[in-house]
Amino acid sequence: MIGRRLTALYDSRRRRNAIAKVLSLAATLFGLGWLVLILFALLWHGFGGLSLAVFTEMTPPPGSSGGLLNPIIGSLMLTILAVAIGTPIGILAGTYMAEYGRHDRLTSVVRFINDILLSAPSIVVGLFIYEVMVAPMGHFSGLAGGVALAVIVIPVVVRTTEDMLTLVPNSLREAATSIGLPRSMAITRICYRAARAGMVTGVLLAVARISGETAPLLFTALNNQFWSTNLNAPMASLPVVIFQFALSPYPDWQSLAWTGALIITLAVLALSVTARSLVASSKQP
Amino acid sequence: MEPTQRRSVVDVALQEGVIASVEAVTRAKVLDRLRLSDATFRHMTRAAAFGVLLLLGGVIVALIEGSLLALRTFGVGFLTTDRWNPVTEKFGALAPIYGTVVTSFIAMLIAVPVGLMIAFFLTELCPQWLRRPIGIAIELLAGIPSIIYGIWGLFIFAPFLQGTLQPFLIKTVGAAPVIGPLFTGPPYGIGMLTAGLILAIMVLPFVTSISRDVFEAVPAVLKEAAYGVGCTTWEVVRYVVLPYARVGVIGGVMLGLGRALGETMAVTFVIGNAHKVSASLLAPSTTISATIANEFTEAVGDLYTSSLIALGLILFVITFIVLAVARYMLLRIERRIG
Repeated sequence: MIGRRLTALYDSRRRRNAIAKVLSLAATLFGLGWLVLILFALLWHGFGGLSLAVFTEMTPPPGSSGGLLNPIIGSLMLTILAVAIGTPIGILAGTYMAEYGRHDRLTSVVRFINDILLSAPSIVVGLFIYEVMVAPMGHFSGLAGGVALAVIVIPVVVRTTEDMLTLVPNSLREAATSIGLPRSMAITRICYRAARAGMVTGVLLAVARISGETAPLLFTALNNQFWSTNLNAPMASLPVVIFQFALSPYPDWQSLAWTGALIITLAVLALSVTARSLVASSKQP
Repeated sequence: MEPTQRRSVVDVALQEGVIASVEAVTRAKVLDRLRLSDATFRHMTRAAAFGVLLLLGGVIVALIEGSLLALRTFGVGFLTTDRWNPVTEKFGALAPIYGTVVTSFIAMLIAVPVGLMIAFFLTELCPQWLRRPIGIAIELLAGIPSIIYGIWGLFIFAPFLQGTLQPFLIKTVGAAPVIGPLFTGPPYGIGMLTAGLILAIMVLPFVTSISRDVFEAVPAVLKEAAYGVGCTTWEVVRYVVLPYARVGVIGGVMLGLGRALGETMAVTFVIGNAHKVSASLLAPSTTISATIANEFTEAVGDLYTSSLIALGLILFVITFIVLAVARYMLLRIERRIG
């Protein structure tokens, strides 16, 4: 009697275990399935439109053919501007947190705030830059777009810089100090060099993050139908053009939007894979 | 000869003294310069660290300043009315807040169990060589820009739901007594349900990767002990791993929730931008971020712009609280493990 009850209990536990295992496998397939579906859709709809004209011609008016040259150049310029502004600030702040004030109250506060900025809604960043730059200047501009993206770059770089500098062994700093190097030199010549791969990864991740950002650009850089490299004027960017073209009723605009989406996705995936392999290769000495 | 010789010795001695003092001066100069550059560098890093704080302060001040006009005009009523009429300039935030909360809730309802199950698979069941590739693939899902989810959702996912899941839900669950009203109305394809499902896919990687990390941090001794007394894999995860990692998992879930609340582009494409509070999940609605994205550049008049910025302020306050709680939880588990 007891024996039978025990077998029944044992069976039900085993069954539950099997069900859980199957469910977890199903969940994993479910998660991976979306990645496959999205990438497949992008290739299916975007690959056909991929041609030389996409990279050499301007965005067309509805009903005619054209390319994505001005938004591609615009995106590149905005990204470079954002990295140029955001990286130095991010690296310096990360340096303070890891080197000078590792046990400061300021550091823990900055770390907490930085982590919140890291996942703050990007549209709010757009509103912020609109308030402090676009409204006082009186017009939309590529400069404002670049600064908005820089605000997104800073927390990413701060985080990776701090993490990577913390990993640098203290014996290196002690050796540098013992031969008489001042603190700043020990940091810039020794610690930065030791943490270089990780810090480059941080910048790459930041670039991957901003190259698809749309929300902060909508009301800072706005958009531009024409060729423009003037940072003081509205500037086209790939994500914003995709947004505009995809929601338009014109089939050729929609197909250009798909092609643009494919380009962005490939660029972002390439960047994050590179960043990952950099980290992986620096971990193996 | 002698005096000259002596003099020359004195000269040499004097000369050496001069050289030594010159050297000392230059050395002091170089040291001063080094000290100066050292201090400059130190102050620059400190200023940059303060800059991060200023950034957050700046965001808050700018949003409050921008929304002052709307908040003064409508008062607390801004939060509780669902009118949104640019013509008569009557604005209320209820509909966007409702849409934001409902879509995020749908997203978490799906992403949390699925994410936990994937973390379970990755830490306990998956063969070692497959762990890294699957982990990377899930994280790539997080790397895809939100605008891509938007265009995919609009052209592929929404029509698919319109043809399959939505008519099915209306036919079967729509007639049920309590939850029935959630699934009524015509299947538009776009709407809160679609937005929620897409958000679920976007949030999934965050929940998964953080749960996986905290699952992996559970001491092996605990798991081995549980296996030793005869627990099944599922029982080990359910009664040992999950309770131990609870705080971290909650942190990860809150982090994902923060993302879902603030997500803009993907939602803007598929939500339908309708300012109304409807019971049916299939109805088009709007969220805070989608409203701002859709209307900000076309907003005419100070009150309209200010109302949109006030929406942004509400969103920022909500996500700030959620993210702060998330970070606090993750900090707690880090301290325990570290």
